[in-house]
Amino acid sequence: MSNDAWETLSNQSVTAAGILYFLALLAHSAQWAALRKLPADETPESGQVATFGRFGLLLTGIACAAHFVALVARGLAADPNRVPWGNMYEFTLSATFMVTFAYLVLYRKYKLSWLSPWVVGLVFVTMMIAVIWLYERVAPLTEALSSPWLVIHVISAILASGVFFLGGLVSILFLVKARSEAREQMQERELVTAGGGAPLGPAPRTGILARIPSTDALDRLSYRLHAFAFPVWTFAVLISGPIWAHYAWSRYWGWDAKEVWAFITWVVYAAYLHARATAGWKGRNAAILALVGLATLLFNFIGINYFFGGSSQHSYAEAPAAVVQVDAGIGVGAAPLG
Amino acid sequence: MAASELGFLELLRWAWRQLTSMRTALVLLLLLALAAIPGSVIPQSNTDAFAVQRWQDEHPKLTPIYEKLELFSVFDSVWFSAIYLLLVVSLVGCILPRTRVYWRAFRAKPPAAPRNLARLPHHATYETTESADELLATAERVLRKRRYRVVVDAEAGTVSAEKGHLREAGNLLFHLAILVVLGGFATGSLWGYQGGVVVAQGSGFSNTITQYDDFVPGSLLQASDLEPFHFEFDKFDIEWLESGPRQGMAQKFAAHLRYTEKPGAEEKKYALRVNHPLSIGGTDLFLIGHGYAPHITVRDANGDIAASGPAVFLPEDQASFRSFGVVKASAAKPEPIGLEGLLFPTFLMIDGTPMSIFGDDRNPFISMQAYVGDLGWSKGSQSVYVLDKSGMKLLEKPDGGLFRVDLCAAKINGTPNTSCKNSTVKLPDGAGSVTFDDITPWVRIQISRTPGKGIALGGVVLALIGLLGSLFIRPRRVWVRVRRRDDAETLVEVGGLERSNGGDATDEIDEIVTQLKGRGTEDS
Repeated sequence: MSNDAWETLSNQSVTAAGILYFLALLAHSAQWAALRKLPADETPESGQVATFGRFGLLLTGIACAAHFVALVARGLAADPNRVPWGNMYEFTLSATFMVTFAYLVLYRKYKLSWLSPWVVGLVFVTMMIAVIWLYERVAPLTEALSSPWLVIHVISAILASGVFFLGGLVSILFLVKARSEAREQMQERELVTAGGGAPLGPAPRTGILARIPSTDALDRLSYRLHAFAFPVWTFAVLISGPIWAHYAWSRYWGWDAKEVWAFITWVVYAAYLHARATAGWKGRNAAILALVGLATLLFNFIGINYFFGGSSQHSYAEAPAAVVQVDAGIGVGAAPLG
Repeated sequence: MAASELGFLELLRWAWRQLTSMRTALVLLLLLALAAIPGSVIPQSNTDAFAVQRWQDEHPKLTPIYEKLELFSVFDSVWFSAIYLLLVVSLVGCILPRTRVYWRAFRAKPPAAPRNLARLPHHATYETTESADELLATAERVLRKRRYRVVVDAEAGTVSAEKGHLREAGNLLFHLAILVVLGGFATGSLWGYQGGVVVAQGSGFSNTITQYDDFVPGSLLQASDLEPFHFEFDKFDIEWLESGPRQGMAQKFAAHLRYTEKPGAEEKKYALRVNHPLSIGGTDLFLIGHGYAPHITVRDANGDIAASGPAVFLPEDQASFRSFGVVKASAAKPEPIGLEGLLFPTFLMIDGTPMSIFGDDRNPFISMQAYVGDLGWSKGSQSVYVLDKSGMKLLEKPDGGLFRVDLCAAKINGTPNTSCKNSTVKLPDGAGSVTFDDITPWVRIQISRTPGKGIALGGVVLALIGLLGSLFIRPRRVWVRVRRRDDAETLVEVGGLERSNGGDATDEIDEIVTQLKGRGTEDS
C-alpha cells in the first residue's frame, strides 16, 4: 500500500471509530434511560436493557479496534514509517485510544459498567475535537523528534495522561455522588425528625446517580488510577524527557514552558498522593486536588501549544497551513548570536 | 533571662514542628507549583534572552517592577529558591525522625495478637480436627511462604505475622532521592558551563573561552576546567523536502568534524547530527543551528583586497533562510568600507519584491548597501553581526539614486554557478568593488559540560524505585489464633490488618485460610 493509501485508511478508520463510538454512546444512553426507573441494586441480566448494555460494550470494542487501525495506518503512512505521535492530532488520537483501551481492560476487574456512557461520550467528543481542530496531514518528523526517545517518552506521557484523565473523570463522579449522598442523608434525617417515629428504612433508590458506586469505592478507584499514573508520569517527565532533551537540545532541563507545566502537574499530583498517604485527606479535598492536577495537565497539553506556541521548544502545534515547521532543535540557531 | 531563653527555644521548637509538619509540606509543594507559573508566562533570560529584551521594550513601565521581583529569572530567584529550600528542610525534618522510627520498627517483632481477632476489619474463622500444635506449625509455614515475618507464641496459641516493611523504605528512599537530584542539579549549575559557537565550513574551534560567541559559566567554574579539544568543520549535509506537507523543511543535518581530544592526540572523525551529540571527556557537543556564509571579497580604491572569506549571515526566517549580515573591510584605503544587507539562498523577484522561496542555496543572491567611513572600532568591542553606521556615509549612485550591491554567487559551495553572469560590482565614487565569490554553510554548535547529570539521573531513578515501593507494597499484619474447644474441635481464627489506604486484605485472608485448610487435609 502506498503512503497515501495508508493515510486514507487512517482517516477512514477515524471516521468509522467516531461513528461506532457515537452508536455505543446511543446504546449506553438507551440502557441508562431504561435503568433509571429501576432500583439501583437491581440490574437485569437479560432482556432489552441488558442487550443495550452488551451492545454498547461490543460497539466500544469494535470502535477501539478501528481506533487502533487508525493509529497504525497513520504511522505507516509516514515516510519513513514511524510511531504516530508527531503532532497534537496524533497525540490526542493516541491518548483517547489509551482511555478506551484502559477502560476495556479494567472493565471486568473493577465492574466499570457504570462508567460506560461517560467514557464513551468523553472519548467521542475529544476525538471529534481532534478531527475538527487539530487535524494535520501525515508528515515526516522534524529532526529533533526523530529519535528512539520519541517512542519511550511519548508513550509514557500518553499512558500517564490517559490514566490521569480516567482518574479525573472518576474524581468528578465522586464529587457529584458525594453531593447526592449528602442530600440523601439530609432528607433521611428530615424524614426521621418529621415523622417522629422510627425510620421507614431507605426507599428503593433509582436514577443514574444511584448506579454509580459508593463514594468510598470511587475514592479508592480514583486513588488507584492516580497511583498507577504518577510513576509513569514521573518516568515520562523526569527521566525519559530529560534524557532526550539532553541529546536533542543540549540540556536535560531548561525550564521550557512545557517542562515548567509538566513539573507543575507532577508537583500537584505528588501533593495529591502525599495528602492521601500522610495527611489522611480523602474524598472531597483529594478529589479537588486531583482535578487541579488534571487541569494543569490539560493546560500543558492544549494551552502551552496554542498560547506559548512560538516560545516553547515543544511547539509541535503550529497551524497545518505553515509550510515549514520550525524544527525544534535547529531553530535555536535563529536567535541573534552577537 | 532563663525564661526568655526557654521561650526562644520553645519558639524554635515550635517553628521546627510547624515547618516539618505534613500540612506545611503540602502547602509548600502547592506553593512551588504556583511559583513556577510565572516562569512559563514571562520570558526567562536564561532560556530566551532575546524574548526578554523584546518584552522589556514593549513594557517599559512594568520592566523595573518585574526586574525587582526577579520575574525574568524565576527559577534562580530568591523567592523560588526560598520555597524549595524550605521544602528541603521540611523534607529532611520529616525523614530523619521517620528513619529512626523505621529502624526501630524494622527490628521489632510482629506485635502480639489482639484479644479479639473478630474485631479486625478482615477476619475469618473455621473449625478443624487438627491439633493446635500442628496448626500453629502449618500457619507458620504458610505465612513464611507468603513472605511474612512470623513469631509463634505456642503458649498463647497465636501466630503473629507482618510484611510490607519495604513500603516505608521506598517512601524514605523517594524522599532521599529528591535530595540527590537537587544535588546533581546544583553540581551542574555550579561547575558546568554552556556555550555556543558559530563555525563556518572549513574552519575550526579550540575549546577556550575566547573562542565562544556566548558563554555561560557555572559560578565555580575555572578556565582550566575546559577540556582542551579542537575540531575542524569540513562539510555539512542537509536534505531539503521538495514535496509533501512539510515541503521546504530540512532534515538529516550532519556536520562532519575532525577532532582531537587534546593537543597532539590522534585525530578522529565524527558526523555531528541532531540527537547525536559528540562526547569528548565530560563535554558534549551538539548541533543546534545552521545557516549560510557568503564569501564576499571587498577591494578598496587601490584594487587591494580589504576583506574576503566567509561572512556569517544569520537567518531571519527559518522557512526561506533569508539571512541578514554585515561585512567589515577595515583595511580598505582610503576609508574603511562596510556592507550591510540580506542574503537570499533561492532568490526570486516576485512583484518587485526580492524573496527567498526555498531554504536551500539554489540561486544565492545578496542585496546589500555599502557604507564608507569609521567602523567604530575605537568605541571598543562590537558585534560582528552589526554595523555601527553612526560614523559612516551611505554610498549613493552619482545621480543620487539608491545604490545596492545586488550580486549572484560565482560559486555555490565550491561548484561554479553557471547561471550567474556577473558576480562583481564597482562601488560608486571609485571606492572599490565587491565580489560574491562563493557561499558555504555554517553550523552553530552548542558545547556544554553538565557535571552531576549522572547523579541527577540516578537520583530520579532511585526516586522512581522508591515511589513504586511506597505505592504498591502493602504493609499488612496477620494473626492466627488456635483454640482447643471442649468438643475436641479446634477453632482457628485469622485476622488481618491493612496498614495502608487503598488496600483490601480480604482476599489475602481468604487465601491464607484456604492454604491453612489445604495443608491441614494434606497432612492428615
